[in-house]
Amino acid sequence: MCFTQNFWNLVVSGLADGFLYALIAIGYTLVYGVLQLINFAHSEVFMSGGFASYFILNAAIGTSQPHGIASVGFLALGTIGGGLGGAVVAFLLERVAYRPLRRRNAPRLAFLISAIGASYFIYNLAGKEFGRNALEIPSPFTNGPVFTIFGATVQTVYIVVAVAAVIMLVLVDRVVATTRLGKGIRAVAQDAETASLMGVNIDRVISQTFIIGGVLGGAAGFLFGLPFGVVYTMGFTPALKAFTAAVLGGVGNIRGAMIGGLILGIAENLGVACTQASWRDVVAFGILVLVLLIRPTGILGEQLGRAA
Amino acid sequence: MSTVAPRVPLVRRVWRSDDARRGFACVAGGLVLAVMTGPSGSGTAPTSGFTGSLFHVRVVGFVLFGLVLWGLITARSRYSSQVRAFSAKVTAAPRRLLPDRRVRRVVYLAVLGFAIYYPTILNSFWQEVLVDQIGVYVLLAIGLNVVVGYAGLLDLGYVAFYAIGAYSAAYWTGALPIHPLFHLNPFYAIPLAILAAMFAGVLLGVPTLRLRGDYLAIVTLGAGEIIQIVATNLQGVTGGAQGVIGIPHFSVHLFGIRYSWGLDSLPYYYLLLGFVVIVLFAFRSLENSRVGRAWVAIREDEVAAESAGINVLKYKVMAFAIGASTSGFAGMLEASKISFVEPSDLTVQFSILILVLVIFGGMGSLPGAIVGAAVLQWLPQFLRIHPLFGFQQQDLYMYLGALLIVMMIFRPEGIIPSRRRKREIGLAEHGVGHADAMGHTSGPVS
Repeated sequence: MCFTQNFWNLVVSGLADGFLYALIAIGYTLVYGVLQLINFAHSEVFMSGGFASYFILNAAIGTSQPHGIASVGFLALGTIGGGLGGAVVAFLLERVAYRPLRRRNAPRLAFLISAIGASYFIYNLAGKEFGRNALEIPSPFTNGPVFTIFGATVQTVYIVVAVAAVIMLVLVDRVVATTRLGKGIRAVAQDAETASLMGVNIDRVISQTFIIGGVLGGAAGFLFGLPFGVVYTMGFTPALKAFTAAVLGGVGNIRGAMIGGLILGIAENLGVACTQASWRDVVAFGILVLVLLIRPTGILGEQLGRAA
Repeated sequence: MSTVAPRVPLVRRVWRSDDARRGFACVAGGLVLAVMTGPSGSGTAPTSGFTGSLFHVRVVGFVLFGLVLWGLITARSRYSSQVRAFSAKVTAAPRRLLPDRRVRRVVYLAVLGFAIYYPTILNSFWQEVLVDQIGVYVLLAIGLNVVVGYAGLLDLGYVAFYAIGAYSAAYWTGALPIHPLFHLNPFYAIPLAILAAMFAGVLLGVPTLRLRGDYLAIVTLGAGEIIQIVATNLQGVTGGAQGVIGIPHFSVHLFGIRYSWGLDSLPYYYLLLGFVVIVLFAFRSLENSRVGRAWVAIREDEVAAESAGINVLKYKVMAFAIGASTSGFAGMLEASKISFVEPSDLTVQFSILILVLVIFGGMGSLPGAIVGAAVLQWLPQFLRIHPLFGFQQQDLYMYLGALLIVMMIFRPEGIIPSRRRKREIGLAEHGVGHADAMGHTSGPVS
């Protein structure tokens, strides 16, 4: 087979991609859980996180080359900054593009159109304000091979992505499963009307859901921007793939989104080994269509309401 | 004595009132508009755009605009009826603009006459705009209107079918690296291009239309992106990133008539006008036929439609394929007129643009699709050549995105609404029916 030669290298880079997809996919899945809608503007939440972390790290690091404990500090700063940026945009998005329609009980088509409008508005505004060229995030660490496993070289950046992602994924899983807020989210996902009769403030829960998804998406924007830089159009492709990951794992299912992200990342990298790099997106899209054809409910199934 | 009402401080009462919220939203909207129309920033000076727009005298104008808007909205809500319930306004069918059938006919004829005469007095720049920027887009909007307006489906990959039409034109005329068995003039290849686009529509539609409506949206979005990648990278078939050149102009040689369309825009305009009129008649009768009624039924309640014996998938695929074939036709026409196809033009943005035209004009409304497309395609051209407005073409999609949100919040039925669609949306907002074909998961929470 075409991918056997580099198999473990591809798996390692696939896992790194997969963690990012998982982080973004959770934003889709959570919002889907409470609103039964695909948040088309989630790509822009991701992009905003990338830009926020760029501005913060640019100011904090400047031209210095941090190492050691400073690197860890700057990475945490970038992740938190990205998360905050994403959360702010996700919050505003819900307020402006979704809530007025919810108040009016508008048709679902209207929500999708409004979200697409928001997506185009946000990313083109970012292009106007921050320029249309890619900006390089000053690196908080020096990238290089760290160790090898099964003959595959593991780079520093992979470890950074994996560690940051695992921390956030475990956190969000616990938050949804154990906290009061998580209980609210699950209640709204299961039956919004009944939840509101039980005293759950639906508006607040939906806002909080967008914020949690925004934190993860924004942080993913930072982790994606580390190697690739940030640009106003950066959201489209990763978000489309993350959506594929969410569907692959079962929309509405948090652990499904995680598993779906990892599987998609690896499958995509193995698939690209058989073609050329320019066909990368076609591979992911092919997977999406296949999943929808064969098992539209995803690997773990759509556990609406039992979102953990 | 009597119960003591909880004493809410005046400040909080004002702050929490609907009026204050609206006022805040209006002023915020004004400020956003100030930033949108203000100077651009850059990566090295990311705040310069914001400061240049917000700390400048012009911001006063935008804040005033917001305040005036607030005043108008407040006045309207004070003096109009406060009845928000299931009012007669919603259930009653909206009135026709021109109730008399004969008057309507005269108006239609007058519009047609104007459409025939008006271009002859334009200069060649506007004639070209009329074909390349307006005419083709009117056709595209009418086609997408079938998908979004009639069937209530969201197609975000409309460009894919446009591309298939354009590349079909290139294929049958022998402009591609791969050659067909026989070469055709693009005029005779029209049916083949339409068939190819329709086939692609069915191919993409059948697997995805069985699923929830939002899956269709995302799959078509992906398909629109993929078609560009394929067109760019499949060097041996499509000619790659440089695109295809040398697609011949239309020419007819039939029944003793010989005519060739050349570089002049005007003959293309009339050809397009002819096609638009034909398509309008076709879609109009389709809307009022069994098929059109099936679409209405699906939009209003998919489950009920299915149990009434309507083959939901069939009618959805039909709408999707009709839209696709219109797009394919427009693609082939434009490819033949400008005589080349470039993958870099076949962006997802293109699909979004057509969607905006349909939404702005009015979902399900043919006059809406025409007027929406004509106005929104004319406006950027107008703003671009008048330096006063400082409009930059690259910001176009920022404005269009904002327009989509504003339309969905304030006027989801569009500027020239279809009467039926308007009523449906009103009913859906009161819990009757769905007004789209997004599938039967429980609706959004209220």
